[in-house]
Amino acid sequence: MAKILRRERLVPNIHLLEVEAPEVARKCQPGQFVIVMPDEKGERIPLTIADWDESRGSVTSVVMIVGTSTQKLSLLKAGDEIPVYVGPLGRPSEIKNFGTVLCAGGCFGIAAIYPMARALKRSGNRVITLLDVKANYLLYWEDRLKNVSDEIHISARDSAFDCRDYIPKKVQALLEKKKKLDRVIAIGCTYLMYSCAEATRPSGVKTIVSLNPIMVDGTGMCGACRLTDGGKTKFACVDGPDFDGHTVDWQELFSRRKAYFEDEIKSLCEWEKDRFA
Amino acid sequence: MSEKQELAPELKEGLKAEFDKDWRKELRKAIPAKERMKIPRQKMPEREPEVRNRDFKEVNLGLEAEAARREAQRCLDCANPSCVTGCPVAIDIPTFVKLIEKGEFVASLRTIKETNSLPAICGRVCPQETQCEVVCNLKKATGAPVAIGNLERFVSDVEYREGKVFVPAIPPSTGKRVAIIGAGPAGLTVAGELAKKGHKVTIFEALHIAGGVLVYGIPEFRLPKSILKAEVDYLEKLGVELKMSFVVGKAATIDDLRKDGYDAFFIGTGAGLPNFMRIPGENLIGVYSANEYLTRVNLMRAYDFPAYDTPVFRGKRVAVIGGGNVAMDSVRTAKRLGADLAAIIYRRSRHEMPAREEEVKHAEEEGIEFHFLTTPIRYIGDNDNKVKAMECLRMELGEPDSSGRRRPVPVEGSEFMTEVDMVVVAIGQSPNPLMAQTTPDLKVGKWGNLEVDWKTMATSIPGVYAGGDIVRGGATVILAMGDGRLAAQEIDKYLKDGQR
Repeated sequence: MAKILRRERLVPNIHLLEVEAPEVARKCQPGQFVIVMPDEKGERIPLTIADWDESRGSVTSVVMIVGTSTQKLSLLKAGDEIPVYVGPLGRPSEIKNFGTVLCAGGCFGIAAIYPMARALKRSGNRVITLLDVKANYLLYWEDRLKNVSDEIHISARDSAFDCRDYIPKKVQALLEKKKKLDRVIAIGCTYLMYSCAEATRPSGVKTIVSLNPIMVDGTGMCGACRLTDGGKTKFACVDGPDFDGHTVDWQELFSRRKAYFEDEIKSLCEWEKDRFA
Repeated sequence: MSEKQELAPELKEGLKAEFDKDWRKELRKAIPAKERMKIPRQKMPEREPEVRNRDFKEVNLGLEAEAARREAQRCLDCANPSCVTGCPVAIDIPTFVKLIEKGEFVASLRTIKETNSLPAICGRVCPQETQCEVVCNLKKATGAPVAIGNLERFVSDVEYREGKVFVPAIPPSTGKRVAIIGAGPAGLTVAGELAKKGHKVTIFEALHIAGGVLVYGIPEFRLPKSILKAEVDYLEKLGVELKMSFVVGKAATIDDLRKDGYDAFFIGTGAGLPNFMRIPGENLIGVYSANEYLTRVNLMRAYDFPAYDTPVFRGKRVAVIGGGNVAMDSVRTAKRLGADLAAIIYRRSRHEMPAREEEVKHAEEEGIEFHFLTTPIRYIGDNDNKVKAMECLRMELGEPDSSGRRRPVPVEGSEFMTEVDMVVVAIGQSPNPLMAQTTPDLKVGKWGNLEVDWKTMATSIPGVYAGGDIVRGGATVILAMGDGRLAAQEIDKYLKDGQR
């Protein structure tokens, strides 16, 4: 069991979840994730670690509401307990002085990119942060990211920002303007990460993506999260979650992400019916 | 298959002392051996195949008391009980069987528990037919050995039903702390044994329910979760602490735990890494590893979706690749989840199948198809990347390989295509690599297994022991428990001697 210390709404569809997990806080590094089960009947789902506080013994993740599990998480209150909060899982991201690094994040990835940007900045990189939102009311943590970035850019499809592009165009524009990017790191939905990888493919700038296939145990036992990278089958939970965006088989990943689409809708409808009808 | 072992002299003496007791002599006299041999082996009551293959309730119902006593009467109470030599944990089988004959079921169970902390599990999942029962002298005489496994199950069920769990007296604390990594059969055994010796034991388990393969792998219809829970509860009564959702190697290394005050360690992290065949199409949607399929259904209770949130495919034409117990569990699960066709695809013949006879028999009764001498060579997907067919190849048997089984050889030009909408790959598991990756001094064999001194189960690091599938690769529950028992004795010695 793990105790919820704080759950708050950041933007309409995204919630922050701070959980008491001293053992995870003691060990975790940027790029790692936890597996969470919202209640006894819930699914085990992975959440990228967005921040941690060793002295408080807490770990923070950010959850975007998409299905039953994330709905359940979004309704938790401080003091509630959840049956599973296990981590830190996966390999930590490679952090060193690369030179200039573009950190691109969208949706929950805005929070997930934060510890990477912070660690890269501390390692002496020039950090350019690029946040993607559909609209201005979906933007959060801009201040926190500003503090760890040399430059911050926003791509949006909303008149409140001067930019009306999806993230890949912005990546391309930055590539052209900066000439020299040593590395791109992208976290967000599969489509965002795919788009960023495609944007950098012609120039060959190394692009790391934090992949989020469906997982069950998260410790390499089941193989649900397998994907093809450079022609070889890998398990995202133990071989990743970071992969080279230019060698991943994206079509396979897209299809596997959608494997339970109908069941997920059915599950959410049943749960809403039970709870609210 | 049976590993007949030489019994230690003190064990032989113990068996002899029990054998010479008056009540045993009287019991032997009560019914002549000739009469005993005439009693037929008592049949284990089972639920009807056409009923049971639609739900997840237990298939075997367990012997009634009368039948159990009758079965116990069949035992000839041999002066040299070969059955004990076939048991990896050397249970005093004659004593527990004769106590059943006498009607003293509680005392019978205590006898088993002296050497085996998990009898309700062993009585259900041990391959007795290749261990204790294969060397039973009655088998030599009549062809039908004493149903030792069914009797073990019977006495543990009596205790479970009556809810009066016997907890042995625990000696005063030794002040020593032991960390056990993995709550599977090996780890649970070590925990029970060391707690009984007065050590403070903590089990660290990555998943959220204790049991390892007993909870994520073996289905409810073969081992009900309530039985497993009762066995784990028993360990807690012995003072064992369980730390769930804790991945040693990630949340803490062995060195961290040493600093936290643990004096000795046992690694029983199992064979958690699913093997694939590396053929085209294996990553299509609808192709599962047996681990994933069974974990979804057993641990996450996907059979009760959407009451439980975890989904699982309910294939109509399901192919399960492999011929072991895990394959049988998978194919019988698929049948229960509504498959019209649930088939085993095995590259050798029936004779070489590693699955237990009982599992194969149950599967056949439940309408499972068996396709021998066949292997898949690729899977074909539809536009959504979902598996819709597989191409197979016929095999024939050639010369025996290193395992002694005849090697399957492809028959040229025998390719054929068949429609499937779900595949479960159940061709084995490899040792879980996590501990080896995060514990630099741990010596690892060529299959990723931890190397141990087989006499002591000690790894290359002092004070760190290992057993079960992390050492053996994919083996059995009882062998893991045998390792656990030996490791517990050695850990106890290590703790008493101080640092060796």
